[in-house]
Amino acid sequence: MARKLRKRDVEVVKTHLSSPWASFTAIVLATIWTIPTFGLFVTSFRPSTGINSSGWWTVFTNPEFTFTNYTRVLFEGRGATPPLSQYFLNTFAIVIPSTIIPITIAIFAAYAIAWFDFKGRNFLFFTIFALQVIPLQMSLIPLLQLFSGGLHIGSFTVIPSFGITGTFIPIWLAHTMFGLPLAIFLLHNFIAQLPRELIEAARVDGADHFKLFRQIILPLSVPAIASFAIFQFLWTWNDLLVALTFGGGKREIAPLMVRLAEMTGTRGGDWELLTAGAFVSILVPVAVFFALQRYFVRGLLAGSVKG
Amino acid sequence: MIEIAARQSQLEQAVSKLTGLTLTILIFGALVAIAFALSERTGERVQRILKYVIFLAPALLFLFIGLVAPAFRTLYLSFRDARGNESVGWENYQWAFTQPEILDVLRNTGVWMIVAPIASTGFGLLIAVLTDRMRRPGLVKSLIFMPMAISFVGAGIIWKFVYQFEPNERAPEIGLLSQVAEWFGFVPTNWLLVNPLNTFLLIVVFVWIQTGFAMVVLSAAIKAIPDEILEASMLDGASGWKRFSRVTVPMIRGTIIVVLSTITIGALKVFDIIRTMTGGNFKTSVIANEMYNQSFRALNYGTGSALAIILFLGVLPLVAYNVVNLRRERSER
Repeated sequence: MARKLRKRDVEVVKTHLSSPWASFTAIVLATIWTIPTFGLFVTSFRPSTGINSSGWWTVFTNPEFTFTNYTRVLFEGRGATPPLSQYFLNTFAIVIPSTIIPITIAIFAAYAIAWFDFKGRNFLFFTIFALQVIPLQMSLIPLLQLFSGGLHIGSFTVIPSFGITGTFIPIWLAHTMFGLPLAIFLLHNFIAQLPRELIEAARVDGADHFKLFRQIILPLSVPAIASFAIFQFLWTWNDLLVALTFGGGKREIAPLMVRLAEMTGTRGGDWELLTAGAFVSILVPVAVFFALQRYFVRGLLAGSVKG
Repeated sequence: MIEIAARQSQLEQAVSKLTGLTLTILIFGALVAIAFALSERTGERVQRILKYVIFLAPALLFLFIGLVAPAFRTLYLSFRDARGNESVGWENYQWAFTQPEILDVLRNTGVWMIVAPIASTGFGLLIAVLTDRMRRPGLVKSLIFMPMAISFVGAGIIWKFVYQFEPNERAPEIGLLSQVAEWFGFVPTNWLLVNPLNTFLLIVVFVWIQTGFAMVVLSAAIKAIPDEILEASMLDGASGWKRFSRVTVPMIRGTIIVVLSTITIGALKVFDIIRTMTGGNFKTSVIANEMYNQSFRALNYGTGSALAIILFLGVLPLVAYNVVNLRRERSER
């Protein structure tokens, strides 16, 4: 009768079964997937006359390359419009706090929901899970009103406006609020799986929740934090809607994506600048992504329905 | 002279932004550290309450102010006029379901909701199965997955260049699609202006990004199928296709549904691609784009809110399904 195949045998059978056609099809698909990005990459290094008079695929027979597009788009402003390097800086100024703040707040909450005993814990967990998928469009108008005018009931001011419109603060706050549900969900799933004995032993040793969190939970959660950090980083770096809505159209605080979207609209034909600009904006997230792919995939698999 | 002054002011701005950024992070870090240091010094009875204040309250406050309260306010605003001053009953909803342009928007959103998830999941599944038996699938998978790191705006520019059309007949085409069409003997046209083709061309961009997501999740599910099952089906002499349709797909059915629903939610909310590639013109607009236009271009908070609510109602069944699923999973554990 059929003897139990060992893992190794299955591997052998699997490889035996792997048809060259399947591999070939996979490689063809991967090539097709990469061609558009490759075309952009090649184009960004071509002189503008070349870009507009021949397809990028002709460079293989007729190579001609330059760095001018990059220096122009990065360092030369036009009238009141600053060069892309300024927007690049704005993106950093938005992304860093928009990643650090929600993670900090979320890991506290995740710990509380996982290990504090209180009524309504389950209800809270499911509410947060459901909040993940609620479209952020539901919040845009009320939040914008709150940031610009504060909150008043009649003539009584509940929350003053603080005059933060036109600064980075509304964008940071909005990203924090929108990122929290997924952050809490992912981190909770991780923290809740830590062994109960570990937590209880520390409690018996007299560690309070604050010490316990600082000395045990936080160091153990680093992989989960890393996976969410990559999500939030990519999400805020690539975001257009939040920056567009809460940036109030001010150039001084607009990130790369807002500027690029504007450039495609008004200067759709300047391919030498658009391609170079787009490539600059793609470079950082793709680099981060390849460096930390493992954590990213782990996060994706842990549950990924983002609102 | 002017240029030097401009450079100078840019440099000053950059320095002040970086200072602000560093200060913000330092202040935030210091606040957390102080809160912890003080809390650790309090007695057990104080801590019983304090732990909720420090650990839970900030998140709840942010969630309430940022998501829960605004959702109710948006619902309220959807029954008010443009400035939210007077009640207008169901007028905004009537407007949404009778105005021809908005009907187009709703129809496009419907097309997105159906085509985008099926295409992304289909390609994702195909590639997951093809690479499952490959000896070194790493590079292929990374290449398919890479667009996930690219923004919708960046992807919009990449594909706008692919769809570029040269109106001058004698000049060579610079857009890849136009060139390929020519090679195959078709006459290229201004692709993004042709309705309804343009909506599908925009969906291609979305599928290009989401396939990587589908592939990674499905590939992990396929790997998790126990070897014994694969082994049994092989001993039964099942062919490749049979194994796929009778064993693989039923075994990962749950994961396929999760992937489909996740991508459907994404497709419902698509905004950046439309904004970058057509600006919602040429009958390509979708709800999320129209919601932005109504609210922040036309400054009509009433109709904008109504569109947000319609979008929410579209997502609601998927949210409900996911919650039920999660409950079951948790109780099984």
